[in-house]
Amino acid sequence: MTTSTPFTLPVTLHVNGFPREVQVEPWVTLLDLLREQLRLTGAKKGCDHGQCGACTVLVDGKRINSCLKLAVTLDGAQVTTIEGLGKDGALDPLQQAFIERDAFQCGYCTPGQICSAKALLAEGNAKTREEVREWMSGNLCRCGAYTNITDAVMDVLQSQGETR
Amino acid sequence: MKRFEFSRVDSAADALRMATATGSSRFLAGGTNLVDLMKDDIERPAMVIDINRLPLGAIEETADGGLRLGALATNADTARHPLVTSRYPLLAAAILNGASPQLRNAATNGGNINQRTRCYYFYDTAAPCNKREPGSGCGAIGGLTRIHAILGASEQCIATHPSDMCVALAALDAQVRVSGPEGDRTIAFSDYHRLPGDQPHRDNTLARGELVTAIDLPPGDFSAHYSYLKLRDRLSYAFALVSVAAQLRLEGGLIADARIALGGVAHKPWRVPEAEALLNGAAPSDALFRQVAERVTAGAVGQGANDFKIELARRAIARTLRQAAAGKPQSHTDKRIA
Repeated sequence: MTTSTPFTLPVTLHVNGFPREVQVEPWVTLLDLLREQLRLTGAKKGCDHGQCGACTVLVDGKRINSCLKLAVTLDGAQVTTIEGLGKDGALDPLQQAFIERDAFQCGYCTPGQICSAKALLAEGNAKTREEVREWMSGNLCRCGAYTNITDAVMDVLQSQGETR
Repeated sequence: MKRFEFSRVDSAADALRMATATGSSRFLAGGTNLVDLMKDDIERPAMVIDINRLPLGAIEETADGGLRLGALATNADTARHPLVTSRYPLLAAAILNGASPQLRNAATNGGNINQRTRCYYFYDTAAPCNKREPGSGCGAIGGLTRIHAILGASEQCIATHPSDMCVALAALDAQVRVSGPEGDRTIAFSDYHRLPGDQPHRDNTLARGELVTAIDLPPGDFSAHYSYLKLRDRLSYAFALVSVAAQLRLEGGLIADARIALGGVAHKPWRVPEAEALLNGAAPSDALFRQVAERVTAGAVGQGANDFKIELARRAIARTLRQAAAGKPQSHTDKRIA
């Protein structure tokens, strides 16, 4: 059993493949830890209440709202943010598709959209356009770029299907 | 967020001991509702007890052939579990109609049934709310009431329970298993949540310091005749204005057993056994379904802005029963209502 009064607790996270040992106060969310302590500002603070999806990251391969997750509960977890998606200097296929489809205007929701779509592809529940819209519904876009976002996700979904 | 003491426990015994030793404590599982409420100072626990290391994450068959859903199993893992999708697809459908993929990945089954209302006035700490501050009044009555109750409300509270999952659990006659300072007990799902009455601050019948450990589903195959229909202000990622869970058993073309639960209309999932009994031994028909719908919603009272929900609920009940009887459940991705 571990107890903390105003003090910080040690937490080890594996962020984008690198171990990060941090001391956090128990009320610090994963989003604030990433942005303020680890200086990974890709995940965005939109609503800070789990309603917009701009803070979406992958924890142990699953997409979650990082604004609603206390960092102290994640000791030992693997965290992937938008900064960790590209490999060897190359964009992730989703990042490339978002560019090609012009799937954003202001871009604020984009890191969350792409992390969410990354998990959508791994989950395998969405095949049709309607299913992609439903399974992407946890990510709001105030610019209304939904049509192009769906196009981008469908492009990668279909290219994956062709290479399998 | 108000500062709090944090405790991470490895056993249920430690969790219960810590909860009873502290003045105001909350068990923390997925955090999707609790952390949100703490950010707005609606929940202000002095102690947060992290229960994520307790061994309560399994989904497994019980000795009687039912299914035990661990309190810490996530909503997402529950909705895609092979025994849930094959035997209790009503539950999978309800879960997938709620929240978003991200929230369902973090939210747990125990947390889902313990989530608080989304009443605007409960969230607005500048407004009176008998649920948040007992005795302060109700800001919703006479206010904006589109999402509020039409059944079972009181003069002190017209909030609704927001869960989709709970509507299916009510229709499936689930049981809630809890551990507490006085030992373990099982609560029938219909007795778990309560109507507001003159104690709207109490959402459920848990005693102080009790911890939900699992939710049990009864033995059987409930896959033939069911449907979950959710009606809301946008096509996805919104709480229900009205939702209906229907679970039927047909024998020789006649209805042998019927359960109907409504979401979005009351302080708890709404069931009316007398209305369900009207279906027993009857042949499915639109006229009968309408009659049942009127019985389920008997006594419904609107607040003005939500008056429309009474007729909406009636039509939704009849439609969902028709879908269930036909073996054509509502899709959660194809939003056209069959």
